[in-house]
Formats: sequence, C-alpha cells, structure tokens
Amino acid sequence: MGSDYDDNASFSDFSLGPEQLEAIESVLQEELIDSGVHSVMVIDMAGNIISQLDNGNCDHDLYSLAALASANFAAVDTMAKIVGEEEFSLLFHKGESENIHFSKINAEFLLITIFGKDVTLGILRLKVAEAIQKINAIWE
Amino acid sequence: MAFVNMKSKEVQAKIVFYGPGRGGKTTNLEYIYGKFRERIKSEMVSIKTHGDRTLFFDFLPFDIGKIMGYDVKVQLYTVPGQVKYDATRKLVLKGVDGVVFVADSQVEQRKKNVQALKNLQDNLATYKKSIFKVPLVLQYNKRDLKDVPILPMEVMEKDLNSQLKVPSFGASAVTGHNVVPTLKKIISATMASMQNVLK
Amino acid sequence: MGSNYDDYSFSEIVLGQEQLDSIETILTDELVESGVHSVLLIDLAGNIIAHRDNGNCDHDVYSLSALASANFAAVDTMAKIVGEEEFSLLFHKGENESIHFSKVNDEFLLIAVFGKKVTLGLLRLKVAEAIEKINTIIQQ
Repeated sequence: MGSDYDDNASFSDFSLGPEQLEAIESVLQEELIDSGVHSVMVIDMAGNIISQLDNGNCDHDLYSLAALASANFAAVDTMAKIVGEEEFSLLFHKGESENIHFSKINAEFLLITIFGKDVTLGILRLKVAEAIQKINAIWE
Repeated sequence: MAFVNMKSKEVQAKIVFYGPGRGGKTTNLEYIYGKFRERIKSEMVSIKTHGDRTLFFDFLPFDIGKIMGYDVKVQLYTVPGQVKYDATRKLVLKGVDGVVFVADSQVEQRKKNVQALKNLQDNLATYKKSIFKVPLVLQYNKRDLKDVPILPMEVMEKDLNSQLKVPSFGASAVTGHNVVPTLKKIISATMASMQNVLK
Repeated sequence: MGSNYDDYSFSEIVLGQEQLDSIETILTDELVESGVHSVLLIDLAGNIIAHRDNGNCDHDVYSLSALASANFAAVDTMAKIVGEEEFSLLFHKGENESIHFSKVNDEFLLIAVFGKKVTLGLLRLKVAEAIEKINTIIQQ
C-alpha cells in the first residue's frame, strides 16, 4: 500500500481552541438565536457536533440530528454528482411549525438551523450567510 | 476524523460496524443499546426498510466516560450490508475513526465476507484511508448457530485476517456473547490512534 | 435463522406485467413527453419499479434510487426528531438539472430529473397527475 494514501487522513483529528469556539458561539447567538432561530449547530461532514446553541426551549436529540444531517447532505451531494451537477443549492425542509435549513460553511462544515414561523426564510438566509462569513473569518 | 472540543473537553469519535448483509451489525448495536440503556440518553436511530433491513444506517451515541481528562462520546454507526446499497454505504464511512467488521460465520456466507471486506478496503480508499491503518476489529458473528454449518474460527482467520492481523472475536450478537469485548477493543484501538491529539 | 438469506428485499406490493406496462406508459406520457429527462418509480427500499427517460440520460439510476430512498428516509427521521409529522416535498435544484421527489403512497416514491425547460409549477402538476393515475393502477 503506497503513497496514494494520506497517512494523516486516518489521524486527521482536528481541534479548535476555546477562543475560536467561543467566538463561533457568539456568532451563532448574535446572528441566529437573537434573530429568533430555535436551535443552531455547526457540524462536520462526519456528523460530529462542533458547536451548538439554542433558545433554551429545545430538547431535540441533537446527536441524532447531526448524524442524519451529515449523512443526508452527503447523499444529496452524491445525487447531484450523478445527474452531472457540481452541487444542489441550499437544502431546506418545511414542516407545519418547525423548519430545518442546511448550509455549507466550507468543504468540511455545515450549519444547521431549526426555526419556526416567526422567522421568514428570507431573513434566515440573510442571517445564515452573515454567520457563515463570520465563522469562516474565525477559522482563517 | 474525530472532533476534540477543547472548550467543553469533549471528544467525539465515529465507529462504524461494517460487513455483509444480515451479518448482525444492527443486532450488535441493539444489544449495546439494551445493555447500556442508562448511559445512552437518546433513542437509537435506525433508517431501515419495511422489511427491517438497514437502508442507510443505524446510529447510537454512547458516552464512555473520561479518558485523559476528556469526556469521550463514541458515535456508533452501522452501514447497510446489501450489495446494492454501496453508494449509501460509502457515505457512512466518511470521517470514520474505527471499524468493526462483522463477518457471518455461516459456511454459506464465506464468499460474502471476503467480498464485503474487499468492499471496505475499496471504500476506505476513496477517503484515502488504508484498511491496514484504520483502527479495525474483526467479529466472527453467529457462533451460536446450531442448525446450519458454521466455519471454524481458524478458517475465518485465514480468510479475513491473515494479512490484516487485527484483534478478532468469535461472537453472538443475538445472545450478546463477546459484543461488549468487541466494542471495548475497538474503542481502545480508536483512542490509542488519537493519543497524540489528546495529549 | 434461515440459511436462505438473499440480497434482495421485495416490496410488499406485487405488480403484474400489465400494471408495470401501464405505469411505464404514464411515466412516458405525463412526464418524459413534458420534457422531464428521466423518471423513476422506486420503492422505499430503493428498488426500481419502473424507469423511463428521454434516451439522452446515462445516469447511474441504481445508485440514484438507493440514495433517493435513503435521502427520503433520513429527512423523514429528521422531521420526527423536531416534532413534525413530515416535511413537505423534497426538491433539489441544480444549475442545469434538478431532482423532484414525491410520495406516491406508503410504499413508492416518484423521482423526476428535469432541466430548465420544465418549470417547477408544470412539473408539480404533471407529477400530481401521474401519481393519481399510478395509484389507480396499483389499486386494481
């Protein structure tokens, strides 16, 4: 087995410092929770939760949600490739009272928001875009 | 790709149960879920068909307590074993930190075990991971079967483990025999591979 | 524990050759004739029940249907986690190709791959008509 393998890939565990995580949490709080979003998570493509905040009234099973969201995102991405697309535009699922919105932060991370009727999709998209920009700035 | 949260001192690692269809991957998770009910706060998630076959994955988050000062959460996943689900199976492997390969001891399944192991190697390779480097434990499941012929352990070792030379267990996911030792072994192998990060 | 495990799960509903022929006719007349590139009737386990296309598609429809059924099931599970019965219809938009999912009944999904020539409004209309007709055939 030769050099085709990225030795580091097996051990490419990553970590973020407490300052970075706190900065990310502030972004999530100010941009999203303060705008009325019920719950927000930054997850990686393997389904790990990097950061999570909510309005204090949510008791969703977030680990399961992160696992489902990452796997589902990958499934949608693969379908896009099969029909010849680079990627599909943003994912959004609408329910009676709760909605889920998925956004790619970069190649490795997703932003998942759960929101109700008091936030319009337009506002949400705007706030998500702002949050993503700020989070990417923190990572760099 | 495990995630180490330096702020909450928490580690999340992904362990995937892989193997041929109907080999007992989901049954392993169900046994663990039943056995450690009090430590598992959420429901086990199973995305399956009406025929009770795994369609996408099962998911079970599992707190294993403190290791080197970190709260370690192991996320257990299964893949769909059926050949036709290769596209989804591959997706579940993304970011995997450790693998349990659940082989079926039935004589009839001999070829399928070998094919599934090859498939694991191929699918890991798409993520630039080598089956020889990823933390891996083999489980020869269904040792309890009495009515159908099963393969001797030595034959399974030769078929599946002669090159890999990783820890292996004869087990019965239905009765729970050696399910927990398999889990403990893959957790310790996975944590060992992460030690440099946790220091 | 039987030793006759096979690798295929069959859906509960068994369709005769005549029914399948009628379904294929509907898929062609309602959807492919309206400009849809490729259309699949699949069961929730990802098995292809019927497939029609315009002759210019070489998508890997087996992977596509496995992914589509997984996508559908994952979204359904996420809906339950946030307390919703189900999320509204799934639709993925790409630059050129888009995918639309519709539930036909408790067992089947209709997957349509279409391009820019078909509007989402027209597609929804045609899909709804096709589903109604397919359900009539299945119930026979």
